[in-house]
Amino acid sequence: MMLCKLSYANIKKSMRDYAIYFFTLILGVAIFYVFNALESQTVMMNVSSSTAELIDLMMTMLSSVSVFVSFILGFLIIYASRFLMKRRNKEFGVYLTLGMSKRRISMILFFETLFIGILSLIVGLGVGVLLSQFMSLIVANMFEADLTKFAFIFSSSACIKTVVYFSIMYLIVMIFNTYSVSKCQLIDLLHGAKKSENIKLKNPILCILIFIVSSIVLGYAYYIVTVQFLSLQEVTDIIKPIIMGCVSTFFIFWSLSGLILRIAQSRKKFYYKGLNSFTLRQFSSKINTTVFSTTIICLMLFVTICLLSACLTMKNSMNANIKELAPVDFMFTNTMNMEKYYDNYRNYGYNDTQIKNSNLKVLEIFKVFNFDINDYSNEYIEVNTYATPDLTMNHTLGTKLDSIRKSFPFLQYDTMEPIMKISDYNKVARLYEIEEYSLNDDEYMIVADFQSMVHVRNMALENNETIHLFGKTLKPKYAECMDGFVEMSSNHINTGVILVADHVIDENYLYQNTIIGNYNTTDKEEIMKIEDTINALGKSESASEYVLASGTTKLSIKEATIGLSAMVTFIGLYLGVIFLISSAAIIGLKELSESSDNKERFKMLRKIGTDEKMINKALFRQIGIFFILPLILAMIHSIFGINFAMQILEVFGNDQLLPSIILTSVFIVFIYGGYFLITYYCSKNIIKEK
Amino acid sequence: MENILKVDKIEKYYGSRSSLTKAIDHLSFEVEKGEFVAIMGASGSGKTTLLNVISTIDKVTSGHIYVGGEDITKLKGNSLNKFRREKLGFIFQDFNLLDTLTAYENIALALSIQGVSSSEIEKKIKKVAEELDIKDVLKKYPYQMSGGQKQRVASARAIVTDPKLILADEPTGALDSKSAKMLLEKLNYLDELGATILMVTHDAFTASYARRVIFIKDGKIFKEIHKGKDSRKEFFDKIIDVVTFLGGDLNDAL
Repeated sequence: MMLCKLSYANIKKSMRDYAIYFFTLILGVAIFYVFNALESQTVMMNVSSSTAELIDLMMTMLSSVSVFVSFILGFLIIYASRFLMKRRNKEFGVYLTLGMSKRRISMILFFETLFIGILSLIVGLGVGVLLSQFMSLIVANMFEADLTKFAFIFSSSACIKTVVYFSIMYLIVMIFNTYSVSKCQLIDLLHGAKKSENIKLKNPILCILIFIVSSIVLGYAYYIVTVQFLSLQEVTDIIKPIIMGCVSTFFIFWSLSGLILRIAQSRKKFYYKGLNSFTLRQFSSKINTTVFSTTIICLMLFVTICLLSACLTMKNSMNANIKELAPVDFMFTNTMNMEKYYDNYRNYGYNDTQIKNSNLKVLEIFKVFNFDINDYSNEYIEVNTYATPDLTMNHTLGTKLDSIRKSFPFLQYDTMEPIMKISDYNKVARLYEIEEYSLNDDEYMIVADFQSMVHVRNMALENNETIHLFGKTLKPKYAECMDGFVEMSSNHINTGVILVADHVIDENYLYQNTIIGNYNTTDKEEIMKIEDTINALGKSESASEYVLASGTTKLSIKEATIGLSAMVTFIGLYLGVIFLISSAAIIGLKELSESSDNKERFKMLRKIGTDEKMINKALFRQIGIFFILPLILAMIHSIFGINFAMQILEVFGNDQLLPSIILTSVFIVFIYGGYFLITYYCSKNIIKEK
Repeated sequence: MENILKVDKIEKYYGSRSSLTKAIDHLSFEVEKGEFVAIMGASGSGKTTLLNVISTIDKVTSGHIYVGGEDITKLKGNSLNKFRREKLGFIFQDFNLLDTLTAYENIALALSIQGVSSSEIEKKIKKVAEELDIKDVLKKYPYQMSGGQKQRVASARAIVTDPKLILADEPTGALDSKSAKMLLEKLNYLDELGATILMVTHDAFTASYARRVIFIKDGKIFKEIHKGKDSRKEFFDKIIDVVTFLGGDLNDAL
């Protein structure tokens, strides 16, 4: 009972000093709960079955992310408790001198962890439950579900999961604490604090050398992931620059810690001004021992910045893309004349009847199934796409083929190029409200919006490559691909459609017949009903005799996109916030735990008559340096990291990058900046004279 | 002679109305410019409290303290800090050097917080280092120095700002006898150069280096003796006499 009391008193005493630790624990628990409780919020909403499937997928992803998150939080908690233990060496020393056994000290720690655990779980879950009510609004908004009435949601499964995960973490901390208590020596406990740390100044020349070398290595890593991006073909290719980045980050901090002081010292006017010498010494006395954690924090911040910006960009772009790339309600496409294009169609799973029936156009097939599109739509167009084995990328790239093949060995050069009449394309363009084009008889042009393909094709177009089509020779009208697309999709994936004057086309090479249009209703329920009817056609008895038109509808694109973008956003936010609070908490805790050392130093400064203002400024700067240093390098990393991510996520487009970066910055300023301020005020409180 | 320090009927009470402790009880004395005064007393006699209120670390309950004619009991906030850094120099028992700074930087700090330029700082430190014989340790960190060296560095820091009054709180308390002697000789030398020093100690040997010793008991002045033309040895014997007369308390400390 006495042990219990002692533990309770200890917690109460340290509560104020380590407010930031409790705050982080509570936040961790709350966030963990919120993201695991998402499922129960989506249950409340009225969503279609395909959305529900996506939500299922999202929850699976989120729970695996949760495992990862619990690892991070677990490390944070162990790190923090190790820290707090160190600060209390003297206290334990006193207990031991008084004759308390190590086992009992372990018990005190056990109770403390228990108290802290229970307290943080209760408060954290409370905060989490409140937060998740706000989350339902966001979720509903994201899935465009109507949240008809507000309902208080409590997810018991998420609650249990949170309790179990955190209990395991606390249990590990308890084991860890017991182990470190059993290992400690009384003499070290009592006099540990007095051991003066030898301040070793690093060799400045070595520092400069290492700094230069690591900067070069880092620069090379940047070079690989940006300029040489296109030559990265395998996933493993990226490992090299990542390792180079991590190692050089470590050595940059290592050398900087030696250099900053040297540089400052050589500038006497600056160094001997106010408390500058004190602040810089404070900084360099600690950075020696914190290079590793600063590196970790820098890398975590880097991942956070890239993750948040990339995820938010993806989400914004996807939503923007729908408006642009799915401008109408439906598109049904039927592959024609399959006997011509599929020599060995049986290998593709088609039967003879299907091939024979592949001379039917979309509307004719609909007719066979007694489905009349006119019942549902009064605005649609019919267009054709042509293709011939005589016109593949091998041909369109012309003389440029060999050099392009060398840089892009993995492109499919044998695929037939889709060809359209300019009049058909303009029909589509008019419906989509995008730019229309005109062509002379001896001209062709390419519309595309997939950036890397545009890049490849432009090389040929710039070279004015002519093509030979149905016995005619055509020259390019434009020296580059023009923007445009035919197929609706959620992303910019049009790799290129060749447009030619109408009379160039040989009708024998009709490859695809397409119907594009809008329904005569805008009501979501009715549209869902229509699409169910169309989907049911595929299940009718005679379906196996025909190759059915494949449909792409705005609704299906939208649902897929919403699901994907929600998933991306939530995972990004989840990991981003956890990374951010973890790294900020580590710095904060480190600074706070050193405040008791600092307390003596600041007390001395006061005795020799330093102004309160000067002291606060020194403290602010001292803490500020530790927060800002990893952030600066992380930001530099991120410039290249985001660039890299954008190239990978190219299909989504990157015109939404700026707002996401702004939003990410806001996140960082709030969370990271918040931690900085809390740390500063707590430290100020600790060093304050009573 | 000009009065540097005038302590005028000060009182300092601790505790509540029901259990009042008078740490300082109606105490008055003066220190003239260039004097080297030691204040002696047993533990609990109020000497540390006295030093604390003079150094403005603590506040008096009533009475006034004038340093260079200025009533420091009226000072508040930043003017207190300004007073401390411009008028006072401190030497502490446990040195109070910043362990992260070299000796040079420790001394420089006292000047840089006054906004002295770096070239001026260099000049002044050079001078004070010669006076206190610490030129060799200027580049060293506190943990690389002996106790005596540390205390001399601390003394250098205290005098480098040319303070009106140097307050020394048991300056030899943490030193071996050889270092203590060396330090006291240095303080004597500083006194000869014109510094005003007020030293608190319970050690008769240390006090014998002063020109005047004020004995405090239970917060009041018990006796005051001057060195006059005596040699240090004779003065030491006189101090011992008073200590003996004062009773056992101080003998313990010898």
